Amino acid sequence: MSKRVGIEVSIAIAEAVGLARAEVIPAYPITPQTHIVEHLSEMVANGEVDAEFVPVESEHAAMSCCCGSIAAGARTFTSSSSQGLSLMSEILYIPSTMRLPIVMVVANRAMSAPISIWNDHQDIMVQRDIGWIQTFAENGQEAVDLTLHAFRVAEDRNVSLPMIVNIDGFTLSHVIEPIELPDQEEVDKFLPPFKPRYKLDPRRPISMGPVGIPEVYTEAKVAHDKAMKKAKRYILKAWDEFEEIFGRKYNPVESYRTEDAEVLLVTMGSISETAMTAVDAMRDAGQKVGLLRIRLWRPFPGQEFRKAVGKAKVLAVIDRCLPPGALCGPVGAELRSLFYKIPGAPKIFSFVAGLGGRDVTVERFEEIVDKARAFAKKRPRELYEVIGVREK
Amino acid sequence: MKEVRIHGRGGQGGVTSAELVATAAIAEGKYAQAFPSFGPERRGAPVAAFIRVSDSQIRTREKVYHPDIVMVLDPSLPALVNVAEGLKDDGIVVLNTELSEDEIRDKFGIKSKLAMVDATKIATEELGLPITNTTMLGALLKATGIVNKDALFEALEKRFGRLAEKNKAALDRAYNETVIAG
Repeated sequence: MSKRVGIEVSIAIAEAVGLARAEVIPAYPITPQTHIVEHLSEMVANGEVDAEFVPVESEHAAMSCCCGSIAAGARTFTSSSSQGLSLMSEILYIPSTMRLPIVMVVANRAMSAPISIWNDHQDIMVQRDIGWIQTFAENGQEAVDLTLHAFRVAEDRNVSLPMIVNIDGFTLSHVIEPIELPDQEEVDKFLPPFKPRYKLDPRRPISMGPVGIPEVYTEAKVAHDKAMKKAKRYILKAWDEFEEIFGRKYNPVESYRTEDAEVLLVTMGSISETAMTAVDAMRDAGQKVGLLRIRLWRPFPGQEFRKAVGKAKVLAVIDRCLPPGALCGPVGAELRSLFYKIPGAPKIFSFVAGLGGRDVTVERFEEIVDKARAFAKKRPRELYEVIGVREK
Repeated sequence: MKEVRIHGRGGQGGVTSAELVATAAIAEGKYAQAFPSFGPERRGAPVAAFIRVSDSQIRTREKVYHPDIVMVLDPSLPALVNVAEGLKDDGIVVLNTELSEDEIRDKFGIKSKLAMVDATKIATEELGLPITNTTMLGALLKATGIVNKDALFEALEKRFGRLAEKNKAALDRAYNETVIAG
């Protein structure tokens, strides 16, 4: 039986990685991911997890080591944040097109400069197009559940893609909260041993990752893109299986009080909990407001998202990332693309909030909804608005 | 839902206090969050930690702006930090102090309800160290009843093992010696 405990989310994630029987964990510590890998190294040192913990010299080395261990057929996990994730950048594109199912938890943090250790989504948006499956967790329970789900999906032979679970740095990683930790038997039932179709084995030598001359490169990339799109079916299937065993249901897009809503807030990650409280307050005041939360970011669940929007007329999309010089934040751009020239499409307004640890409060969500309503009447001059910028 | 802000200095164990209360509340079947102020914390510098305890699921990731309860681990802090900032009108400040109520109100201008105990003295005598994070939980319990004492003792036993007994004694003594005023 699973047990409900008060536990720091980072420690719970490490426990989940242990329950998943990860075999190789190459990792380099960086705030705010540190507690995840510290706890994993303790678990390995204490013999609680039968894994190789590789204390590498950098994140570049961590991801390189991950590629080697997963290619050799070992269940592989790592974790990073921010500048560390960026240092992996050169390697991150490699396991995805090579179809190597590494699992990584990213404790999302801002990018320097100015130096910031605090939470937003800029680090992962830098890595938006690396071709890894990506989910976003709302709370500690989900962080644990999505970590287990990631191993199941990534290693499914129909998928064979690496996967990132995003958790908000500090606002999730450093919070102690109630979490149902599953037991080993349940996890073993959900997660069969890793059996790759191909692996590096001196007895049966094969080559992995050779050069892609112009005659094959496009085809390799198209195959990767197709694999990502096909993966959605198996992502959903794994969530169904998860529900059967653990009783918790996950969807690629979650709807909260969207029935008859005129305005829908759109969020990713842990601010969605505060957004639900804001929706409750606005509903109490007679406003027809709801919330859509994107859990599956890559592959983007376009069909599910369109269905979830229903008849809502206005979307207020919140990005936790400000790409300088772009037309709007990445989530806003994705949704504008999704609804382009679709008859009856909602008006989409893009907002940027919660950069570098700036709190996104209930009042901020109310302000965003008010602005979206005003923009629906009078088109704004800019394609996005940054919320809560101090004037002085 | 009750929200608590703990003021301490880096290294005094404010985060541990928050953790103990939250894990005890969760063990009782309640919902709780405990988290540090997410800053570049330094040993000796004024820092804060936060707790939320509720009978229903907690759906917020906001910082704590309007605490119901403020607990201060270090007697020197009220002179440096406005410890009552944002406190709810019916809130309470739980202080480690050797001062009287009049002196506190006069010196620090705190107008709210107060709970006072000389936790440094108790911790020094009971634990042999002037570390007040567990001692002050006795004052917090007396002033607010935010968790059940048995659940808190269990959390202490899990966290500190054989050192728990001394901490429990210090906590109990603080519980008995805490004076509530206003």
